[in-house]
Amino acid sequence: MSIARWLRRLILACLLLVPALATAQVADADAQQLLTALAESSFAGKKAVIGRIAGSGDERARRWLEAFADNKLARLESSGRFVIVLSNRGRNWTLADALTGEPLGEVSRRDVDTIRINNSLRNELTSVLSVLDLKSPDPASRLAAARALRGKVDEGLAERLPGLMADESAPAVHQALEEALAIYRVAEQGDVQAVATLSGSLNSEARAALRNATASDDPVLAQAATRALERIEQKLKLNRAAETLYFGLSLGSVLVLAAIGLAITFGVMGVINMAHGELIMLGAYTTWGMQQLLPGQPGLALILAIPAGFLVAALAGIAIERTVIQHLKGRPLETLLATFGVSLILQQLVRTVISPLNRTVVTPDWMSGSVMINEALSLTLNRMVVIGFALVVFAGLMLIMRRTRLGLEVRAVTQNRAMARAMGIRATRVDILTFGLGSGVAGLAGVALSQITNVGPNLGQSYIIDSFMVVVFGGVGNLWGTLLAGLSLGTINQLLEPWAGAVLAKILVLVFIILFIQKRPRGLFPQKGRAAEG
Amino acid sequence: MSLKKHVKLGLSALALSVSLHTVAAEDPIKVGILHSLSGTMAISESTLKDTMLMLIEQQNAKGGVLGRKLEPVVVDPASNWPLFAEKARELLAKDKVDVIFGNWTSVSRKSVLPVVEELNGLLFYPVQYEGEESSENVFYTGAAPNQQAIPAVDYLMNEVGVERWVLAGTDYVYPRTTNKILETYLKAKGVSSDDIMINYTPFGHSNWQSIVADIKKFGSAGKKTAVVSTINGDANVPFYRELANQGIDAADIPVVAFSVGEQELSGIDTAPLVGHLAAWNYFMSVDNDANYDFIDAWVAYTGKEDAVTNDPMEAHYIGFNMYIEAVKKAGTTDVDAVKDAIIGVTVPNLTGGYATMMPNHHITKPVLIGEIQDNGQFSVVWETPSTVVGDAWSDYLPGSKDLISDWRKPLKCGNFNVVTGTCGGKSDVAAN
Repeated sequence: MSIARWLRRLILACLLLVPALATAQVADADAQQLLTALAESSFAGKKAVIGRIAGSGDERARRWLEAFADNKLARLESSGRFVIVLSNRGRNWTLADALTGEPLGEVSRRDVDTIRINNSLRNELTSVLSVLDLKSPDPASRLAAARALRGKVDEGLAERLPGLMADESAPAVHQALEEALAIYRVAEQGDVQAVATLSGSLNSEARAALRNATASDDPVLAQAATRALERIEQKLKLNRAAETLYFGLSLGSVLVLAAIGLAITFGVMGVINMAHGELIMLGAYTTWGMQQLLPGQPGLALILAIPAGFLVAALAGIAIERTVIQHLKGRPLETLLATFGVSLILQQLVRTVISPLNRTVVTPDWMSGSVMINEALSLTLNRMVVIGFALVVFAGLMLIMRRTRLGLEVRAVTQNRAMARAMGIRATRVDILTFGLGSGVAGLAGVALSQITNVGPNLGQSYIIDSFMVVVFGGVGNLWGTLLAGLSLGTINQLLEPWAGAVLAKILVLVFIILFIQKRPRGLFPQKGRAAEG
Repeated sequence: MSLKKHVKLGLSALALSVSLHTVAAEDPIKVGILHSLSGTMAISESTLKDTMLMLIEQQNAKGGVLGRKLEPVVVDPASNWPLFAEKARELLAKDKVDVIFGNWTSVSRKSVLPVVEELNGLLFYPVQYEGEESSENVFYTGAAPNQQAIPAVDYLMNEVGVERWVLAGTDYVYPRTTNKILETYLKAKGVSSDDIMINYTPFGHSNWQSIVADIKKFGSAGKKTAVVSTINGDANVPFYRELANQGIDAADIPVVAFSVGEQELSGIDTAPLVGHLAAWNYFMSVDNDANYDFIDAWVAYTGKEDAVTNDPMEAHYIGFNMYIEAVKKAGTTDVDAVKDAIIGVTVPNLTGGYATMMPNHHITKPVLIGEIQDNGQFSVVWETPSTVVGDAWSDYLPGSKDLISDWRKPLKCGNFNVVTGTCGGKSDVAAN
């Protein structure tokens, strides 16, 4: 047995045996000595010191170890005093004394020597801390601790786990502990009964234990393990299919968001606007701006950025329409070149005025992480919000186009401009409003994209080609077509990516569209009737 | 004409030439700065331009060099590779600069290479690159693969116990060459090809969902897995974000990156990334007074309290100081004299050691492995016991393992084949 494992066993045993942990305090001189040993040992030596600190029974031990795990336990070069770093940004750090907890205010970084930690030590610390957490009153932290123990159980802990399980009231925690114990039994003792416990588990440690067991000399065990693995693999396959579908939908919804504004300006109005991507970028920068205005409230800022991003992009769009596009009506090639120029101007404007560097847009807590459906399938939250947002934006646009006066006028003007004007519709006003609407929706896309990609001057460029692709594929002038085209292209791309690679998948999608357009030049949902001929 | 008049004329001519000569001596040394200030690369390169301006300002405050001031000449190649060559020509032929500091990305360097060789200029290239090149006119102050990639893989293999490898990169020359070297190296170390997964993505890739899911699947085979990432630039931000969202933390599958530095991390919330690794020759967090002084000067120069420093900035710091020392040693800014004088020049780096210019125009560097912390900085967890000499020609590629580069007389060859005993000629072509 390696020394490290022996040590860990000792630590775990100590922790479980010391019920008085919460009350005792060692003398400050001893504490100083312990921390000095921690600071001055090599990484291997630190492991032993962690055990001594955890076993010291000091109530402050947990705070020290947590600070150490976060890279926030340090020693002052000048006085040799041990401190906990409260804030480590900039050149002066805010500190508190590690022994007394007394705040020390700001100290220059030059004077602070952080006690170094690496991944393997951090791993060690998590298992030490999770044993402590098993007795926490909060079931969520007990669950996390129990899950972290899987694959890390050793002899000492295995003996105590049944006792802990008997005291455990939450079924999920109980199950996790049971699995942890079963993994240990399969791996170390070749226990056939324990294989049954693992046969439904999607945990990778459990799978690893079973996979090793299939190579076992015991034919009964090997056979049981093989059968259990087969069942797990089947379950995994289903989960992976669901996952790929989710990835496809989420990429698709991003495409829909980016393209739907273009579906209005290009699809309905027939204007080729190469600056569409930069309007998306403006929406993303608005989100950043809102977060700068409301520091500490990224969630609120994000919500407020939705109307603000719409307004900013809509106003910018209207300005482009009034100054450039209206003078080039009916000259698509010139419009293309002029708006391409506008897009370069906008990019460089952002570079000069704000910065050529990417800006940090904070993801609010309610959008980070993922929802765990089971251990093999978790759906990322930011993507889920974006899917929902794309659907809401689509529904909103549909309502505007189908149910409002503006929508009616837009459709009238695009179908027959002269006739609509004869009926008393002010075509210029409709042009402005339509272009503003399309641009505003691009701004909304920018707000959503700020949560999943980089906010920088080049943001728009990466989406302009995709947007045109989606609109053309879906059928110019058809919002339903855009939705369906976006979602299906996203799914096709994600289906191809695992075996073709990202570069080839993109090429294959383009080739597919070229072939498709050859067959059906007007896209998925061609416009019918006289308007389509013009 | 009388003799007196002759003498007078002669004297005045002499006086004129002397005064002309002193004017020439007070002419500033022109330092060309060839970094993109617009376009996609502006994100990385604009800070290097400011670094150079700061270094020149500091040197001038010290009285310049050889009694001459330094004068920066800034041009903007706009992230456009052919424009890099044009701007380099403009700097050397029109502005008559004495030295150029610039470029980022190998493709831009390759476009400038024929120009600096034709016009006999000096170029200091500050970014890590794939090697397989050694030019008489270029000084490579960034890391070669053996000063970054190989030690990082060694660290993962020996200290972390990694057995399964994902080599993920952006689809262009640096990641492809580096991964080819790493693949050969890993196989030589006994890693089977089933345990190596290679993946390339386009520039600026932002949809990492299925690739990260693939990595997760690859890593659940029961062997310790790590990702070696040569993903370039800002594509890293969504990559790391996706890793965090899919719940992969550094304890399960560590990612070691060669292109992620303090600057890239400043655009991202690093709390979910704690423990992921990067290999560089410098970190801003290095505990050293020279480094703290450099940071203080940089913060003062930019006027931004949260300004960060990074590895290519240190490379420029070293390159600039080496150039100054070489000019002092040669006593002139003449290109050929400086080229000869700079070999062997040793200057302090920012990590508490020294960097020496080697005969192959690469420098000695320590290799540091750092783990990302929640404040956007790296904490050094491992470093090479001494500095490593940059190797222009990798020992792990079939075409280049017999090549050496030595620009000292009498060899004066960038790709000398030690087996056949011949010099290959062109700087970036392997001799056969």
